[in-house]
Amino acid sequence: MSLLASFDIGASGLTAQAMRLNVTASNIANVESMSGPDGRPYRARQVEFSSIVKEGGPGAGVAVTKVIESNTPLRREYRPGHPKADSFGYVDMPNVNPVEEMVNMISASRSYQMNVEAMNVSRQLMLKTLDLGK
Amino acid sequence: MNAVPKYDPLAFGEQALKLRTYRQQVLANNLANSDTPGFKARDINFADVLKSEMAGVTRSSGLKLASTNSAHLAGKVSIDDPKLLYRVPNQPAMDGNTVDGDIELSELTKNSVFTESTLTMLGGTIRSRMSAITGQPS
Repeated sequence: MSLLASFDIGASGLTAQAMRLNVTASNIANVESMSGPDGRPYRARQVEFSSIVKEGGPGAGVAVTKVIESNTPLRREYRPGHPKADSFGYVDMPNVNPVEEMVNMISASRSYQMNVEAMNVSRQLMLKTLDLGK
Repeated sequence: MNAVPKYDPLAFGEQALKLRTYRQQVLANNLANSDTPGFKARDINFADVLKSEMAGVTRSSGLKLASTNSAHLAGKVSIDDPKLLYRVPNQPAMDGNTVDGDIELSELTKNSVFTESTLTMLGGTIRSRMSAITGQPS
């Protein structure tokens, strides 16, 4: 039944967008994390979306295929007194761009809302279909 | 003015509902992929597809193909390939995505209103047939 399938599609969208929100939250939380488990500064992460396609069907939603680390150069800050400062007095800071993260967050939240809306409509139609002929 | 073709309202309602829910799925998929790079928004031409589906249904006399020989294969009436088309983008994104949330949402809402009207008409047909069968006013 197609309406049930559109529920699954909506759910896949919700999962993917929630993961994107998670990654954004992680980036924002680590905006000052200058050393992770490997001793290196935190690098901003992004999710990669790809659509799920089934043979002969209209498409079956979206999935996060991988989480990629940003390649943009690390932020350099002049802190001569810092224990991790190099010989010039600079320390490497995470390459998280707060503006980008906020934009990403709003975009993810809008997309999440749209998927919820689509699922609400499907739900309404299913309830109407149950009343058919009454 | 085109002549209105005469279809069995039950078969017509069934096909229309199938297509409406299918389109619901297509639109939900567009919305789910509103941030997928390179994804192209899809849609169906509802009137065209329904017309061809109904032509298929009437040609096969309702449910199955007429067979004059025992070796004939049974045909099946289904909506396997309702001809998915690509939406013409208004302002495609840099990553090649052509999903416009506003358009998809409004199409989704329109589709749901039309689905409800189809359900109402189908319900009316069923009710009037029930009252004809039982002899009781519904």
